[in-house]
Amino acid sequence: MKKKDLSINFLGVKFENPFCLSSSPVGNCYEMCAKAYDSGWGGVVFKTIGPKHFLINEVSPRFDALTKEDTPFVGFKNMEQIAEHSLEENLNDLRRLKKEYPNKVLIASIMGTNEEDWVELARLVEEAGADMIEMNLSCPQMTSHEMGSDVGTNAELCKKYCKAVKRGSKLPMMAKMTPNVTDMVPIAKACLEGGADGIAAINTIKSICNVDLDKKIGMPIVNGKSSISGYSGKAVKPVALRFIQQLRTGIEDVQISGIGGIETWEDAAEFILLGAKTLQVTTAIMQYGYRIVEDMCNGLSHYLEDQGYDSLEEMVGVANKNIIPCEELDRSYIVYPKIDLDKCVGCGRCYISCFDGAHQAIEFDEETRRPSVNKDKCVGCHLCATVCPVRCISKGEIKFKKGAKEHEIKL
Amino acid sequence: MKKAYQKEYEPAFTPLTVIHEASRCLLCYDAPCSKACPAGTHPAKFIRSVRFRNFKGAAETIRKNNALGSICARVCPTEKLCQKGCSRSGIDRPIEIGKIQRYVTDFEDAIGMAVLPKGEKNKGKVAIIGSGPAGLQAAATLTELGYDVTIFEKEEKFGGWLRYGIPEYRLPNEIVDKEIARIEKMGVTFVNNKEITDLEVLKKDYKAILLAVGASYGKMLPLFKDNEKVSLAVDVLANIKEHNGEVEVPNNVLIIGGGDVAMDVATSLKLLGAKTVTVVAREQVFEFPASKKEYKDAHDNDVSIIDGYTPIEVNGNEVTFKHVELDATLKIKADKIIVAIGQMSKLEVFDTITSNRGIVDTNKYQTNDKQVFAAGDIIKGDKIVVAAVKYGKEAAYAIDEYLGGKR
Repeated sequence: MKKKDLSINFLGVKFENPFCLSSSPVGNCYEMCAKAYDSGWGGVVFKTIGPKHFLINEVSPRFDALTKEDTPFVGFKNMEQIAEHSLEENLNDLRRLKKEYPNKVLIASIMGTNEEDWVELARLVEEAGADMIEMNLSCPQMTSHEMGSDVGTNAELCKKYCKAVKRGSKLPMMAKMTPNVTDMVPIAKACLEGGADGIAAINTIKSICNVDLDKKIGMPIVNGKSSISGYSGKAVKPVALRFIQQLRTGIEDVQISGIGGIETWEDAAEFILLGAKTLQVTTAIMQYGYRIVEDMCNGLSHYLEDQGYDSLEEMVGVANKNIIPCEELDRSYIVYPKIDLDKCVGCGRCYISCFDGAHQAIEFDEETRRPSVNKDKCVGCHLCATVCPVRCISKGEIKFKKGAKEHEIKL
Repeated sequence: MKKAYQKEYEPAFTPLTVIHEASRCLLCYDAPCSKACPAGTHPAKFIRSVRFRNFKGAAETIRKNNALGSICARVCPTEKLCQKGCSRSGIDRPIEIGKIQRYVTDFEDAIGMAVLPKGEKNKGKVAIIGSGPAGLQAAATLTELGYDVTIFEKEEKFGGWLRYGIPEYRLPNEIVDKEIARIEKMGVTFVNNKEITDLEVLKKDYKAILLAVGASYGKMLPLFKDNEKVSLAVDVLANIKEHNGEVEVPNNVLIIGGGDVAMDVATSLKLLGAKTVTVVAREQVFEFPASKKEYKDAHDNDVSIIDGYTPIEVNGNEVTFKHVELDATLKIKADKIIVAIGQMSKLEVFDTITSNRGIVDTNKYQTNDKQVFAAGDIIKGDKIVVAAVKYGKEAAYAIDEYLGGKR
């Protein structure tokens, strides 16, 4: 088993690896977090702890999933709010976890309804032994509008509550962002101005996953009704990566804990390359269990070795500079698809997609059942390569557009 | 899981695995599978429907061209037909088209869907003799075209070879019953225990007659004639199926023949507990007539299969074989000898219809008597269920044309 040093320093705290449970049903009690630590997770963000006066009352059932063909969890919808255990129980669990796992990172997620709550919760979790605080400013399914994403879309309120947390505790603190905004940068900036040390992004996206066609009710059905609530899982990864990129370009040297659809070491590597230092996971754990961290750690170790990186730190944000505005992309050339006829099985999917979705540039010989590219019509969009089930279409000849000067092209 | 004669041999897809299988399909542009079905079933279309979760549409696609869709799903030698040209073979293995079709038709049955509509019966009466696959498909198509169809069957139960020939583990009688019930619901009249011997009488009441009596009689080799140890495979299969496996099973059986019927009888007897079953075929491995699936099922059930030997002498229960090419002989003693060298039809009762060695002379399904048509195993062509479906359908169209129908 490949095992490289995957440790990383984030907000002054050393993580043995960047993989953490995110604040959610997967880190709901001592037993769960202990099992996660034992399975190899570097850190735990304990399920959000609320104030004593705010009682949690959950619905049944509370989850739903978007499927595609035989893929059961393209995306996942959940309606759970924050920890339903009592404040005392939660604090006891934090104490016990820190005592028994002193080398693992314990992050307390907290959420208040007003400044006093935030101050008090911050004080209590520091006292209980947490290494770090995460402010939950982003849960989209709270039963109070003074909590969750209704707060997280209001920059002024975020700043005020960050200040409150900093009054209650000296621990390093990150503010967890909601993606249900057009621009996350002003809100993240307000949090940093309020004293946040880093940003966690993203929380779940407001969603309706499915509608029951017989009953005409959204899913899951709670006594004949349903609600808009948070969407997560693989489907949200592209949205999360986009927000992280925008934070990294909009705020200099912002420290980020990445969240959103991480399931494999490859997903993890993408988040790190776009600037995340630690990673948080829930949906994939709900589907497959804590054991997924084994392949994440091992896969990421192999990747570091293959790429010649000595530490995770070297990877952080390497890809940020390669995402540029659309207007700055090189538009001077076309690269034609190249079809490897030895690998082609003759299904004609490239022909169908090129005709119906692109530029009618692929010809299909019905006798030999093989495609060919008509360069007079091809615009080099590579839809054909994207749909090819045997991946036999690669990038071939480069043609410079009229008036463009030949230059070196990175494909 | 333990296999039994009374239980379908091949496990069915589950809702998840059927989508999984449909997702393996490359959704080809020019789908070779859809070009290869004799019955005109359109796998590319119904597999795509399954993938996009339109199971009802999939059922419609199957039924549209094949009134025996749930039967073909189980008995068709798909490796020789739709699956043969499957593009997925270029990656790993072909899509299991028959099994997907079975899932869809089981779904159709489970929700009580009736794809084929009730006939209008405004174009006159047509009689069909024989209720095997050709007769059943012809009845469905003729009913769709507007005819009032009556099927006459000499046996007590309907279905012909489907009922009495194909073993329960491959084609349960329940499936045959349901398929027939669907056709009955369309408005077809079924008459049992009625052997037609005089076409002239029938011709007065019906505008056209379709002969679809099949080849239900087993062929016997002269060498084995009048031997009390010898039975015909078709009789053994019919007896086992009629009694749902509750029959006396010999300990040591010798089967002569290498086709699907030989494999069926061998596997049936093994599933029912026969100790030793040996199949000896005249054909050699490279030319073996049985479908791969049936060959494999027999093999998996520990049937000994010996190829390239032909019987030359029979002495009571001892048979001597000689290899067709090599200088080799073989002697086998058995409690029971079963001859499975093919079937034949008995057309003598239809003496006004020209035929040659059990094959009726036809021109586009029409016989020398213009009012009489023929389809199924009694005409020239393939002897498999899906071919019978094709012939039944095309004969129905030929009858319609003869009766002035416009298509």
